[in-house]
Amino acid sequence: MSLLTMITKMAEGLGNTCAIFFLTLLFSLPLGMVIAFLRMSKSKIISNFTRVIIAILRGTPLMLQLIAVTYGPYYLFGISISRNKLIPVVIAFAINYAAYFAEIYRSGIESMPVGQYEAAEILGYSKVQTFFRVILPQVAKRIMPSITNEVVTLVKDTSMAFTVSYQEMFTIGKQIANSQTSFVPFVVAGAFYFIFNAIVDYVMGKVEKSMDYYE
Amino acid sequence: MKVLQIKNIEKSYGSNNVLKDISLSVDMGEVVSIIGPSGSGKSTLLRCATLLTEMDSGELIYLDECAVKNDEKGKAVYADKAELKKVRGIFGLVFQNFNLFPHYSVMKNLVDPQMTVLGRSKEAAEKKAVELLDKMGLSEKADFYPCMLSGGQQQRVAIARALAMDPTILFFDEPTSALDPELTGEVLKVIKQLAEEKMTMVIVTHEMAFARAVSNRVIFMDGGVIVEQGEPEEVFGNPQAERTKQFLRNYQS
Ligand SMILES: Nc1ncnc2c1ncn2[C@@H]1O[C@H](COP(=O)(O)OP(=O)(O)OP(=O)(O)O)[C@@H](O)[C@H]1O
Ligand SMILES: [Mg+2]
Repeated sequence: MSLLTMITKMAEGLGNTCAIFFLTLLFSLPLGMVIAFLRMSKSKIISNFTRVIIAILRGTPLMLQLIAVTYGPYYLFGISISRNKLIPVVIAFAINYAAYFAEIYRSGIESMPVGQYEAAEILGYSKVQTFFRVILPQVAKRIMPSITNEVVTLVKDTSMAFTVSYQEMFTIGKQIANSQTSFVPFVVAGAFYFIFNAIVDYVMGKVEKSMDYYE
Repeated sequence: MKVLQIKNIEKSYGSNNVLKDISLSVDMGEVVSIIGPSGSGKSTLLRCATLLTEMDSGELIYLDECAVKNDEKGKAVYADKAELKKVRGIFGLVFQNFNLFPHYSVMKNLVDPQMTVLGRSKEAAEKKAVELLDKMGLSEKADFYPCMLSGGQQQRVAIARALAMDPTILFFDEPTSALDPELTGEVLKVIKQLAEEKMTMVIVTHEMAFARAVSNRVIFMDGGVIVEQGEPEEVFGNPQAERTKQFLRNYQS
């Protein structure tokens, strides 16, 4: 197989890689906020329960979670595994990343000086108005470097979908490597991830810069 | 007419009895200064009056809106949310460390609360903001962000932001304590100007000369009680209580 054929075949898988990447962000960023609020709940039961869930999600391999979500329904309930593995893959990724984002959000929210809440309260902002108009924009700026880190990690983590044979770029590369007994596909995969992350870095840099107008 | 009536406030932190049966009322147009040593409960009193801190017992009335009253057991009961929202519209508070919104420009700091809370139109809110910034001598800073301003300028923006909400009474908690000495003057000047315009104000301050010059009434607090109060000339010129004398002596030297 020529190098060009390899690259073309793997590039076809990039669409699926991007699907995992963007869908994961789409669901995990807001879900993380929900989890962060449950974690900060005044109810001890809710906050402790959430803490345990977060600990499990962060304390076990994503690979294991992928397998659990993809094959778990079959082993537990005999539900047949759907052809389209994108759904379980995205569910596993989104939940896992939401746990990480939740902790980032929480630390960001907790780092806000109490004076910002008090100023808003005195002016008459409601709790919801305070959160969206005063707290969230400032938290976004504070946590953006940590978010960037997670997004960069996510690019590389998409390769883990190969454990459930989802046809993304790395899975295809691995299949080619096996059938051709060649190391080249791995080099190609590395190059793809590197370029992908260069773009992510550029975009996140722009986002961070757009928040630089104040200290 | 009484703008504020505080009756028999009690507040403890654990076993630390910070406010002991404090009563205080403020008339429309009156300027009241509160002085006293560190830890005497001045900030706590202001925080209870502005609903930032819950009092254990006592009553709090603004104009004819009752924010807090006692139940039969003498425990403070707060009014419902809607009533408290109304009450919050009556007063403003200027903090020691400004607490401006750093992500908003000076203009937006003044405009956003008016639009969000009072539902004013953008034009009306901006008109008000421009007037107030002009009054504070900050017209050319409208598009700046708080981090680009000196402490004195930030505090004047904070005062403008509070005034933009048209409060009937304005509280200050040591408005110049976080400032370099050379910047306190510009802030005290605008407060003095407000006093001349008969703005009702309660000012916690360590600036004795300022308190003497600007207030109609001075309150000396120590150990969670009002030790002495009266016209500035009485309290500063001829203090009655031993603790007041001692406190003022420390300040003169
Ligand atoms: N949140 C709190 N928790 C526990 N104790 C508190 C709290 N806030 C204030 N106190 C205590 O209440 C007492 C009065 O404090 P307060 O801040 O009202 O004094 P102050 O007169 O404003 O002093 P200063 O001039 O230093 O600002 C102090 O003993 C303080 O330690
Ligand atoms: Mg204080």
